[in-house]
Amino acid sequence: MLVGPLIALLLSVVAGGIFILSIGQNPIEVYTRFIGDSLGNAYGIGQILFKATPLMFTGLAAAICFKANLFNIGAEGQMTIGAFLTGLVGSYFQGLPGWILLPASLVAGMAGGAAWGIIPGYLKARFGAHEVINTIMMNFIAMGVVSYFITNIVGVPATVHTPEISPSTTLARLESFFPVFHGSPVNLSFFIAVVICLGAYIFLTRTPRGYEIRALGLNAPAAEYARIPIRKNIIITFALAGACAGLGGMNFILGYKHYFELGFSEGSGFIGIAVALLARNNPIGIIVTSLFFGMLEYGSLTINTIVPKELSNILQAIVILLMITLTKVLGGWIERKRSPEPTNA
Amino acid sequence: MVAVEMQHITKHFGHVLANHDVDFHVSEGEIHALVGENGAGKSTLMHILYGLYQPDSGSIAIREHSVSIPSPSQAIGLGIGMVHQHFMLIPPLTVLENIILGNEPVTGVGILDLAHAEEQIKTLLERYHVDVDLHARIETLSVGIQQRVEILKLLYRNANILILDEPTPVLTPQETDALFETLHGLQAQGKTIILITHKLHEVMAISNSVTVMRRGKVIATCPTTQTSHTELSRQMVGHELALLPPLSGEPSHEPGLVLEGISALNDRHLPALRDVSLSIAKGEILGIAAVEGNGQSELVEVITGIRKPTEGRIIIDGINASSADQMPPISHIPEDRQKRGLVLDFTLKENLLLGRQHENAFHGMLLFHDRSVEKFAETTLRTFDVRPPDSRRRCRNLSGGNQQKVVIGREMTKDSHLIVAAHPTRGLDIGAIDFVHRTLLKERSRGKSILLVSSDLDELMTLSDRIEVMFGGRIVLTRKTRETTLRELGQYMTGTASS
Repeated sequence: MLVGPLIALLLSVVAGGIFILSIGQNPIEVYTRFIGDSLGNAYGIGQILFKATPLMFTGLAAAICFKANLFNIGAEGQMTIGAFLTGLVGSYFQGLPGWILLPASLVAGMAGGAAWGIIPGYLKARFGAHEVINTIMMNFIAMGVVSYFITNIVGVPATVHTPEISPSTTLARLESFFPVFHGSPVNLSFFIAVVICLGAYIFLTRTPRGYEIRALGLNAPAAEYARIPIRKNIIITFALAGACAGLGGMNFILGYKHYFELGFSEGSGFIGIAVALLARNNPIGIIVTSLFFGMLEYGSLTINTIVPKELSNILQAIVILLMITLTKVLGGWIERKRSPEPTNA
Repeated sequence: MVAVEMQHITKHFGHVLANHDVDFHVSEGEIHALVGENGAGKSTLMHILYGLYQPDSGSIAIREHSVSIPSPSQAIGLGIGMVHQHFMLIPPLTVLENIILGNEPVTGVGILDLAHAEEQIKTLLERYHVDVDLHARIETLSVGIQQRVEILKLLYRNANILILDEPTPVLTPQETDALFETLHGLQAQGKTIILITHKLHEVMAISNSVTVMRRGKVIATCPTTQTSHTELSRQMVGHELALLPPLSGEPSHEPGLVLEGISALNDRHLPALRDVSLSIAKGEILGIAAVEGNGQSELVEVITGIRKPTEGRIIIDGINASSADQMPPISHIPEDRQKRGLVLDFTLKENLLLGRQHENAFHGMLLFHDRSVEKFAETTLRTFDVRPPDSRRRCRNLSGGNQQKVVIGREMTKDSHLIVAAHPTRGLDIGAIDFVHRTLLKERSRGKSILLVSSDLDELMTLSDRIEVMFGGRIVLTRKTRETTLRELGQYMTGTASS
């Protein structure tokens, strides 16, 4: 099972090396820096965990929809709305104790993300409107709405962020339990993300609702036959996906900056799609692939001192491209080699 | 001359021996039947001849020239063509476009030359006396005509040896006759035809010689005139099959299912059912006979709640089941098991839960109760003899007959009083058909009401207490089975009876 991804990784290292050579740099040096600074010390690992955290949420947002054969490109917007509400609730109710305010701000985030998911879900279920177009459009609307509120109504003047959240609703950094992570913003959200991934796995494989969603995704006419309410399940799937994405801002807002800021996501809503694809939509696989993408993101930051920023973006993209394509191609090829099952013998 | 000579063919799939030292030869210009149960290795052997699989050992000669066939395109080059069980046609394209697909004629500047292709194909139609509207879109055509298009595809590619994999289970009696006429026409023009089947009366009716396979080996090859239906059946199964018991006891007078004035639309929003009323007593099997597309599929969908009627009432067990919330459980064997009855990428265990995922026995407050689901799966797989009885195996990896057993096992163990079975034995082999028939008879004797839709009239005559014929969305004939004949049913099915 791991052969495909490993070959893909190797090839992308080679392909990336050619790019590095072509701008007159030494690939060995660049890669050594890339690996050494990300995996080579506790601070780097902390950074990887930090970068991986929102990807788990957005990866789930894509994967849950993929399971129902729905394409959710709207995690970015769902996460933005959710994160904005999390920040808003956290900063507005300053007086409340943490045990109320923390859950309240997370519920606000989930509700916002879910609402943003339900809209394209409902349009799909009721009118058959294609969810790809609609989730993309919802991303633009989310950006516009939040940006309007931040610049005109609730933002701190002359900035693009909300006021700071109440200290009672922040999530502790891991460095306060494990001093080795000193300086890295990785925080308790990481564990929450892992737990949510495990929960999603159990939900999909062990509950009747998860069963219905998977049946719907694999064979819609059979779902109809099994009296599975299709429209209702489409909407529920989008609500759940949106709720996951809505939690994606927790890492930044409750665990790092302690306010909502425009541009906080750095595109993690879109990278979530790649995270889900590489994990073959398996929520437990998403934990692993999120860490991988977290490493890519942080590793590229570390080499910015020796190569231009564009090159690290190119490297990242090559790895993603080859990993996803080749894992699929090689995976299929290896499977065929191993067991040529007769189609109808 | 010998058209096909396959010698000492052996083929493994993993540990399964699909073909074991098989010798198979077909003379030029004959119709050769290849018969055997599902899993006997006949499809594998033909897939080797068509270049889809490579044999582990053995040799192939076509027209007395030794050849190797590494791919279907090589096979086509050698004049070998195959019509698969599942048609390889593109529904929105026209007949003409489908025929030339993959072999498109182009003009000098690379533009598709449809006019030229049409000329060529029209010559083919004339030579073989085949009648098809070349400009009709595939999705508007009946299964019988679609099959004709598949055959034309082969002729267009100059195939001389035609392999037909189980061509008749999808056809009505009339379409089967038309197919056989076409095959005779092809034979008259010197084509060689290999017919994979397990319907023995067809073998007797059309073939010149026959080869029987069982468990990967050839059991016998002989001219058809020198064998018999019973002899072939014994060779195929390996032992005599006991006759089905006759219907025992009379149905009760209590109705289990009543339809009152049901009308419904089809997928294209045209009337499919017009004022259909019927009633099935407890302990009764009602057979529905109809040519494909006369409303029987919609009837099944309306009764099982998949399709909403525009008018009328459905009463199941005395309860008005016209709205989905009140609909009691129904055992439904759907006409297309792969499309509706199963999720092929689910495991057997998951498939056994399909439609039953909300039954209380299978889950606690939130989660499925693994142990009870597993126990149910194992018992059901064993009772209904699904092979292999491995609940974690994906359904896709099972043969058609075993897939159908999964559907039947799930539906027959349901707590329901009504069974709706649509073509429950389509594509199954003799042993599996016998099993399905006995299961239905057992459920009848347990007092269930059973609606049986089938295009196999023999099946309807054997199992039904009463038969109703549908034509154009209406019920045009109701008869006690013992008071009707195949000929009468056929006349009403095709709308040629003067009523």
